Amino acid sequence: MSPTTHPFAHLSAERLDELAREFDAIHDEVRADLGERDRRYITGVIRLHRQIAVAGRALLLGSRSKAAWAAGTGCLAVAKILENMEIGHNVLHGQWDWMNDPYIHSSTWDWDTASTAAAWKHSHNFIHHTYTNIRGKDKDLGYEIMRIDPHQKWHPAYLAQPLYNLLLMAFFEWGVAVHDLDVEAIRAGEKPLKDVWHDIKGISGKARDQILKDYVGWPLVSALAATAAGRLVRPEPRSRARVLADRARGRRRKGALRAQLAAVRREGGGTFAATFWADFTANIIRNLWAHSIIFCGHFPDQTYTFSQEEVRDETRGGWYVRQLVGAANITGSPLFHLLSGNLGYQVEHHLFPDMPSSRYAEIAPRVRDICHRYGLPYNTGPLSRQLGTVHRTILRLAFPGGKPRAKPGPYPGDEVARAA
Amino acid sequence: MAEVGMRPPASPLRRRALRALRWLFTPLRPDDYLELINPLWSTRELRGLVERVEPERGGAATVLIRPGYDWVGHRPGQYVRLGVVIDGVHHWRAYSLTSSPDRADGLISITPKKVDGGVVSPYLVERARPGELVRLGEVEGSFTLPDRPGRGLLFVTAGSGITPVMSMLRHLAPSASLDDVVHVHSAREADGVIFGEELAELERRHAGFRLELRITGRDGRLTPDELDTLCPDWPERETYACGPGELLDALQAHWKRHGDTGRLHHERFQPVVGGEGAEGSGGTVRFAHRNLDADCPPGTPILVAGENAGVEMPFGCRVGVCHTCVLPIREGRIRDLRTNVVSEKHNEIVRTCVHGAEGRVTVEL
Ligand code: FES
Repeated sequence: MSPTTHPFAHLSAERLDELAREFDAIHDEVRADLGERDRRYITGVIRLHRQIAVAGRALLLGSRSKAAWAAGTGCLAVAKILENMEIGHNVLHGQWDWMNDPYIHSSTWDWDTASTAAAWKHSHNFIHHTYTNIRGKDKDLGYEIMRIDPHQKWHPAYLAQPLYNLLLMAFFEWGVAVHDLDVEAIRAGEKPLKDVWHDIKGISGKARDQILKDYVGWPLVSALAATAAGRLVRPEPRSRARVLADRARGRRRKGALRAQLAAVRREGGGTFAATFWADFTANIIRNLWAHSIIFCGHFPDQTYTFSQEEVRDETRGGWYVRQLVGAANITGSPLFHLLSGNLGYQVEHHLFPDMPSSRYAEIAPRVRDICHRYGLPYNTGPLSRQLGTVHRTILRLAFPGGKPRAKPGPYPGDEVARAA
Repeated sequence: MAEVGMRPPASPLRRRALRALRWLFTPLRPDDYLELINPLWSTRELRGLVERVEPERGGAATVLIRPGYDWVGHRPGQYVRLGVVIDGVHHWRAYSLTSSPDRADGLISITPKKVDGGVVSPYLVERARPGELVRLGEVEGSFTLPDRPGRGLLFVTAGSGITPVMSMLRHLAPSASLDDVVHVHSAREADGVIFGEELAELERRHAGFRLELRITGRDGRLTPDELDTLCPDWPERETYACGPGELLDALQAHWKRHGDTGRLHHERFQPVVGGEGAEGSGGTVRFAHRNLDADCPPGTPILVAGENAGVEMPFGCRVGVCHTCVLPIREGRIRDLRTNVVSEKHNEIVRTCVHGAEGRVTVEL
């Protein structure tokens, strides 16, 4: 590969050093400025998440009503999205470790998703954020199951990728959990069995927790609440004859319990199912949303990928540029950014993964200015467009062939340049 | 991981109920939601509300705190770890409790003196406000009076060394145990004596309590020889001393030569951790997980050696109080930098902030 095809070939080594210094300066400036305002922000978001979650659970107590079901499911989905993205993802990145708060700290945080915090910190914080968009090294490029870059060799299995992408969207958290396992390394025998077992135990623990909580616990709470409310409205005393009969059979307590359970089944059964499906729906909504935001971070047409040779002697400046052109932003309102965990600022996030996410919007103009001055692309676009190009790529690359699309900025991408 | 406060004395019933409900809230806990209503209800960590901040003389202030649960109790002379959030960051410091354990209103107090260039004490003295939430850590310290103090006590204090002794005096005063107590206290200036009025009041009210005030800015530093005139029967008394290191060193030397060191009890504000004149020969610390050897010169805590080598080490107070920095030593000999005691460790947990390596030490992280 000739050096002129490199996306930042027009930058001399000195110029790259200058660029690194500029990015370092932004980082240090924000770091030095962190304080009470930032703490208020994250504790506020955490409080908001908990309040919405409580509201959702309360609404679902009446989940037999259609309106309460929809409102409760909505609250729950929003709570799960907040918890996953703006809180979980960013706390686990160590963005809030500087507060020294034992309860909002990357070493103690756990999140309501199928990946264990430890496995995810390895596969995401370390592997993905270090080897961003390096083909063969960054396992997030196609997540080992999809052909997302024309440089990846085609295989007939990829024909089904539009289909299993749909499944992945719906059950994204489970996809990520299995991805953390690193099936490729297991197959290659590079991962000790002990570690595999450890990871599997972790995932099944998380699965058990979610099933117990979302599919047994809260539906049961709703059912009990509905039964109790029903009793209040129309009390239904057990007949004297029935009590006597039970007692005669010597199973006064057992009989009473059985009667109670039957009542719950009769009166709360519908509510149980309604809450069950509400939880299921909320999980799916959260998964669809997370999948969309995350796929838009690296897979729109605008982003570059790198061969391992290209990054062999990478300098700090080179690292910054790779993060910069390997990621893509999504434009949107502040509310959109909150709900996407500020990953609409994927470019800023990749430059500074441990900077509090709430600061990305502030530094974005400065990053854009650097891009402008150094002749580098600043990848961004509205959600619909980013999402459109992502899914077009997934469809197109299911089939053999495919060429890298023209990239923004001074460097259009190697094959494209050659064809022109 | 960052430091946490102590486990509050919540009722076992409450704890059991919360534990039973945990699975409905995982990965959070019921506490996370209870805290929304009132942060003092957390059963994970004892918290308190600042009720009043009263300025004291000499740039100090007494912070009166109402603990979220019944106060666990302390013995006069002990200190507590206090956690405050300043500019978004949690800080922990240990302060002597200045309140008597028998306070009727259930409040506890500390009396920090503003340290110029410090972070926490200027905050507590100047910025802390009633209604503010603080975290409370373990109560610790062996600088305490015996359960039944025999007759004849001597307190030797200087500057804010008065704070642990104040708790003792306040505890002793109502029980008429102040009938044979001499207190030699040094302060830089006459109008900068912390608790000056209260000490004078004690002297007025208790015939058996004699205060010898020494103004060092005028009269120079107190030397132990002067005790012969200030308190001639000092060798017969149980002596409690608290103040700067030089004073304590001088007293210790004096008691060793002329008295019975068993009757001298003292409290150092800051343990002496390594530094100049450190003993031992140092060594290397091996961080097994990173396959890395860190140099650990004499007097250097393992914590610092690790940090210098770029290892991310857990820490809190850095003076051996909070146990945040504990790590298992797989094997090797370590030196307690406060006492200079060397010991051999084998899979034992130690505080890396106050222990240095003695030869080759392997640490697990
Ligand atoms: S850091 Fe507090 S005991 Fe070591």
